[in-house]
Amino acid sequence: MGLFGSFTLKKKESLDKGLSKTKESFFGKLSRAIVGKSKVDDEVLDNLEEILISSDVGVDTTLKIIERIEKRVSRDKYLGVNELNSILKEEIASLLEENNSNDVSDFDLPATGEPYVIMVVGVNGVGKTTTIGKLAYQFRESGKKVIIGAADTFRAAAIDQLEIWANRVDVPIIKQKMGSDPASVAYDTVASAKANGADVVIIDTAGRLHNKVNLMNELTKIKRVMQKVIPDAPQEVLLVLDGSTGQNAFEQAKQFTLATDVTALALTKLDGTAKGGVVIGISDQFKIPVKYIGIGEKMEDLQIFRRKEFVESFFEN
Amino acid sequence: MFENLSDKLERSFKLLKGQGKITEINIAETLKEVRRALLDADVNFKIAKQFTDTVKEKALGQDVLTAVKPGQMMVKIVHDELTELMGSTATDINLKGSPSVILMSGLQGSGKTTFSGKLAKYLKEKKGKNPILVACDVYRPAAIEQLKVLGQQLNIPVYSEDGNKNPVAIAKEAIRFAKQRGHDLVIVDTAGRLAVDEEMMNEISAIKKGIDPNEILFVVDSMTGQDAVNTAKEFNDRLDFDGVVLTKLDGDTRGGAALSIRAVVNKPIKFVGTGEKMEALDVFHPKRMADRILGMGDIVSLVEKAQEQFDEQEAIRLQKKLAKDQFNFNDFLAQINQVKKMGNLKDLAGMIPGMGKALKDVEIDDNAFVHVEAIIYSMTPAEREDPSLMNGTRRKRIADGSGTSIQEVNRLLKQFTETRKMMKMVAQGKRFTPPARNVRR
Repeated sequence: MGLFGSFTLKKKESLDKGLSKTKESFFGKLSRAIVGKSKVDDEVLDNLEEILISSDVGVDTTLKIIERIEKRVSRDKYLGVNELNSILKEEIASLLEENNSNDVSDFDLPATGEPYVIMVVGVNGVGKTTTIGKLAYQFRESGKKVIIGAADTFRAAAIDQLEIWANRVDVPIIKQKMGSDPASVAYDTVASAKANGADVVIIDTAGRLHNKVNLMNELTKIKRVMQKVIPDAPQEVLLVLDGSTGQNAFEQAKQFTLATDVTALALTKLDGTAKGGVVIGISDQFKIPVKYIGIGEKMEDLQIFRRKEFVESFFEN
Repeated sequence: MFENLSDKLERSFKLLKGQGKITEINIAETLKEVRRALLDADVNFKIAKQFTDTVKEKALGQDVLTAVKPGQMMVKIVHDELTELMGSTATDINLKGSPSVILMSGLQGSGKTTFSGKLAKYLKEKKGKNPILVACDVYRPAAIEQLKVLGQQLNIPVYSEDGNKNPVAIAKEAIRFAKQRGHDLVIVDTAGRLAVDEEMMNEISAIKKGIDPNEILFVVDSMTGQDAVNTAKEFNDRLDFDGVVLTKLDGDTRGGAALSIRAVVNKPIKFVGTGEKMEALDVFHPKRMADRILGMGDIVSLVEKAQEQFDEQEAIRLQKKLAKDQFNFNDFLAQINQVKKMGNLKDLAGMIPGMGKALKDVEIDDNAFVHVEAIIYSMTPAEREDPSLMNGTRRKRIADGSGTSIQEVNRLLKQFTETRKMMKMVAQGKRFTPPARNVRR
């Protein structure tokens, strides 16, 4: 029970459901790789490579995992294939564990006396606004006073979209007209949160491709402006990544970190893709923890990312 | 676009330089690099493997041609193969039917709504169509509103039924409405859906059945990883779509998904989305894209783009002025506006052969012209007409007026003089010798 102790049964089911595609194909392929083999030979390792690459783990990380397994095979010549399962699990878990700080316990935030400002960033179409709606719901459910700021003033109807979410989860929203200065919206939101003693501020920003310098500079500015109200705001910069994104996710993590010092990742659309392997690669190469996962379109479809449980779910059969 | 893949291929080809002949041994390392480059670019695992196998076969079969350097030969083989893989010719959109009906499909966040707007604008302007957009995404908050806003911006009507949660009925009714109002093109935007969502996939099948579209487009994010193939296959099995739209190509994704999708579902990629502006749509050209992947540039696209935006009359007028050495700041300003109309500067520069790589880490500020324009706008009409009027006092006044410095004004004046000199040469027919063509061709 230790692993899933903090999960309610419903949450666990929903995670399993969300990840079932991942499990099926990962395991389906792995069993196929193992069938009829009595030890880990080149063919099995080749198949393993295919499984990992096809899951968007990326070439570097895949080679790293395979190298580790090869080392173990050469150390222990008569390693059986039924051991491969647990070894692979261990190797991936260790990649996830090594670079991450401890799991966040829940939708809990440090009590600093000031509003905790979360700035949400990411490329277009990854699910920033939806994630914000779900986050606001979770924080409100855990009894916090939440306020959200509609600083995506660029995309058509982005403000309306966030407003519908705000109404749905019943939290106040600060907004201006489409086309207004996003930094000004962010400033107003943080100022209002401070004045009203809010616990959490979530700032939506327009989707932007990480290679557009001007737009990345704009993010830096939004961040700076909020610091006029609360010097250490935003306490969290949440980069939202689409779970079906390939290797470009690495570049996104890199560039958004350069512009805004990303402190946490959210991985969305994990209910649809057969992968999720992108998490392993990013965890391996960046020191930024994955904090949330999105597994559906409903407001409760956001969960805290728990490495152990994630890896367990990955390998449950 | 694709810089990384071309870099990688370039590096792997260097390994072959100085070798006289392609053999199993000297090709192995290169093929490994090619395969790895493809995987790093998110090309599907199986497709990448097939690809390198074919390249190997062809390369080994050609080891007789010792006159050509193996590296050059490999580039040609890879290039030919890449073009082959992406489909050898450009495929146009099917606009038969009255009205012609286009159905958009794809995952959440792939860019369907934005692309619907772009396509409506494109077909209105390029094919003289009278389009209407139909909002069938009844699920995502404010999705209908988003399409309405785009319609307003583009001055294209949007059909929607607030409160109606049945997209099949809305789509059918929209077509009836379009016929009544004399629209000859209906673009139906739909909700994003996952290929594994049975209910939603049934819904889009029902929309297809209900409206019998002439063209079904599958919209896919160019940053998609290995899963692109599965999703494309699933949508294709359900809808038998006619073409693919590749969005967000203005990012730095290597875009390998494009290659895989093309290969797996055997459907052409018809359009690419290259920015957030409503004119950021390009027709997909497989061969040009293959050239581009190999760093050969996309000079044809550049020329076409320039032709489209550049007013011919204006060009003739300019040429005359240039020849007479009367090119002034008003013309300079007009030029800047022409260039700005052509779109994102880095995209444009990336189309010039050899520039893709050179620009990889260089950032071109799209606002680079802001200061230049400010300076010119701070000149008097007389100064703009006759740059020779410029003196110290005037420069100081211009610098103050434009919020820049005298140094910046001087720099602009110098650039202007040089531009004028160069343009005069061009106008007088002294041919500009283009840089030697890349060895790879």
